[in-house]
Amino acid sequence: MSASAMVTVTYREAIRAAIREALVADERVFLMGEDVGAYGGCFGVSKGLLDEFGPERIRDAPLSESAFVGAGIGAAMGGMRPIVEVMTVNFCLLALDQIIDNAATITHMSGGQFAIPLVIRMTTGAGRQVAAQHSHSLEGWLAHIPGLKLLAPATLKDARGMLAPALADPNPVLIFEHGSLYNMEGELPADAGGCDIERAAIRRPGTHVTLVAYGGTLATALVAAEELAADGIEAEVLDLRVLRPLDDSAVIESVTRTHRAVIVDEGWRSGSLAAEVSARIMEQAFYELDAPVARVCSAEVPMPYPHHLEQAALPQAGTVVAEVRRMTGADG
Amino acid sequence: MNEQELHDVVIEALTDVAPDIDPARIDPGADLGEQLAIDSMDFLNIVVAVHERTGIEIPERDYPKLSTLDDAVAYLLAAQQRGADA
Amino acid sequence: MADFLMPSLGADMEFGTLLEWRVEPGDAVNRGDIVAVVDTSKAEIEVEIFENGVIDELRVPEGTRVPVGTVLATLRTGADDGPAPPGAPAMTVATTPDAPTGTVATAPSPKPAAMPPPPPPPPPVTLPQFASEEHRLRVSPVARRAAEQLGVDLTAVAGSGPDGAITKGDVERAAAAIARTIAPAAAAAGPAPTAAQAPPPTPPPAAPEERAGAMRLAIGALMARSKREIPHYYLQTQIDMSSALAWLEEENLRRSVSDRLLPAALLLSAVAGAVAATPAMNGFWVDGAFHPADGVHLGVAISLRGGGLIAPALHDADHKSLDELMAGLRDLVMRARTGRLRGSEMSDPTITVTNLGERGVDLVHGVIYPPQVALVGFGGIGERPWAADGMIGARPVVIATLAADHRASDGLAGSRFLTLIDHRLRKPEEL
Repeated sequence: MSASAMVTVTYREAIRAAIREALVADERVFLMGEDVGAYGGCFGVSKGLLDEFGPERIRDAPLSESAFVGAGIGAAMGGMRPIVEVMTVNFCLLALDQIIDNAATITHMSGGQFAIPLVIRMTTGAGRQVAAQHSHSLEGWLAHIPGLKLLAPATLKDARGMLAPALADPNPVLIFEHGSLYNMEGELPADAGGCDIERAAIRRPGTHVTLVAYGGTLATALVAAEELAADGIEAEVLDLRVLRPLDDSAVIESVTRTHRAVIVDEGWRSGSLAAEVSARIMEQAFYELDAPVARVCSAEVPMPYPHHLEQAALPQAGTVVAEVRRMTGADG
Repeated sequence: MNEQELHDVVIEALTDVAPDIDPARIDPGADLGEQLAIDSMDFLNIVVAVHERTGIEIPERDYPKLSTLDDAVAYLLAAQQRGADA
Repeated sequence: MADFLMPSLGADMEFGTLLEWRVEPGDAVNRGDIVAVVDTSKAEIEVEIFENGVIDELRVPEGTRVPVGTVLATLRTGADDGPAPPGAPAMTVATTPDAPTGTVATAPSPKPAAMPPPPPPPPPVTLPQFASEEHRLRVSPVARRAAEQLGVDLTAVAGSGPDGAITKGDVERAAAAIARTIAPAAAAAGPAPTAAQAPPPTPPPAAPEERAGAMRLAIGALMARSKREIPHYYLQTQIDMSSALAWLEEENLRRSVSDRLLPAALLLSAVAGAVAATPAMNGFWVDGAFHPADGVHLGVAISLRGGGLIAPALHDADHKSLDELMAGLRDLVMRARTGRLRGSEMSDPTITVTNLGERGVDLVHGVIYPPQVALVGFGGIGERPWAADGMIGARPVVIATLAADHRASDGLAGSRFLTLIDHRLRKPEEL
């Protein structure tokens, strides 16, 4: 075995390992957020880090997203490398002024005098019955903002690898961790490290249709692809990974091979990332298309609380399969 | 021409109009039109080809006498004999 | 069709304002009629038209200022663009060569006194792919591009995509089917004005069953389109063939083997003559209108060994003698069944004839080959009871059928056409 030993980890542990590595590697790095210290993080990501690194570097913040995100921006401007945890993307709405009006603009408004090497981690998405105020996928909104970089780790490798390059980036980077992924378990090399945060990735090669997914919908797309393969339809599954700036060329190259695309997006269809990707495909690959681009998104309702309604509102593999069958004429 | 030669002439004419048929699989006693999907145009072409190779005139009213491979060969043998006798 | 353009009413006129229309769509106009009033910015001028015809469409509303040379209206000319009367100062831009704006680029050049003869009607393969907006085909962008590259006529392709849209795969299958059925012939005969013009890169020689499968797809696509788009009507008539067959038998007795005629030659001859006398059956439905064909090119449906059929043209059948028709038919059947047809034969039949009697059926209700507008079918010639002169006797009878496009003709024309075939077959000596 030339490769290093493999270890079994969860998505949560992979992120913790990445944070821990950053804390060890660079004393300017610190973690700040609600309940990240004594409680170990709302989703248990930072469990144990307070004991290891102490309250100076694992800082519990008051219940004011605007205040602690703003503090993170200030720290970044002052030369630190803060990792700010916002409990869910819904709560980041309280800090939008800080994120959009300050983090995303100061470099530009200061004529480049200030860099904002800030990382904000937040949980996104539904599926855990935590209802409408904790379940939405607002990545598309934030992807609208120039000056931000948005990452959506959907695999263990990305959960482990995206933090280091995000911290190294002089601009604010938002990392969206889908809540349904924290318990995902798998193997990673014990010495797994940083990865690129520029490019989309093909998670499953295929020839008949491109399923564009990210974060929580990657698994949905992969399940759909398996089901389609049983019908002889080979779906290529493309994981966007980087939501801003979008890796257009990866999408276009894939669609140029498959001539069809379905975008699977947990956000609402209207004004969504799915809309943006669809528009770019139309702009850049219109003459490659063999069918209109399709989108499978969340129902346009506030995310319901009851399990069956929540599932009905979310993009499901069956819907993706039906959409692909319809566009390939395989729906009989 | 002997019987074998006339047989070969008919086979050749048949395979010219129907290149896909396997001469070995022709049932010599069965109707050619039915077993080989020969239509009237094919049949005319066969008669013309046989005429060109043997010189034997086959009147239209005799066409039914050539409906199987065996019948066709027998008819041609007889016609040839009549021609020689005359 | 002719265009009525904003005239140049003075060398310095670049624009004119259309003040008033004196005609409406549908109005018949004669050369010299005042059709509009135009303000040249110097004066209001009554403008005449210099062609006879019917106003088709007013393109520019009253009160609009447009450059010289702009099409103001379109005109249906009866003889569809016959030569203009000699010396007609055509309603165009004869005095605008020095107009300084770019608008002259779009204006037609002055018509010469004697126009060249009108171009012949285009053969079906060069017809526009899209009849009109209301019949706009659903074609995916990549399929449209593939069709251009492969030279596939999209109107002949059945779509398998969402809402019946034509996909890249549909186009590629159609191209493969076309290439397999006619490319061998086209390769032998040089460039053919058909879809084989741009055959896909050397399709591998098809196995018989593969070829048959591809042909089934092609036939299926075309027939599906026919049934989808063409409002067929069907007529049939029984024809007493006793005179024709008696004549034929006598005739063949006199002929050597290689000159003998088949009943099919008589049927084709009778059809060809009837077609020549019934232009409404002979031509193409394209662009929402019927375009009569110049010649009578009978598409003869020929079944192929191993399945499928092909309907190559017997050109100018109405001008051919029985012997020529017979020779032409023999030649076509032989070459169709051994794969040596010429591309031109595939492209330009103006009406199709199918003869299914050989296998014993009584009659055939045909499916029209788009963009043709009619198909004549014959069942088997068999003895049937026949009443004539108060007596019932047995006579050889054939049932002739007509499937025709109701957009191009009505049942009355169709029944006259079938009757004509009947009459011609009763006088075989005149065929």
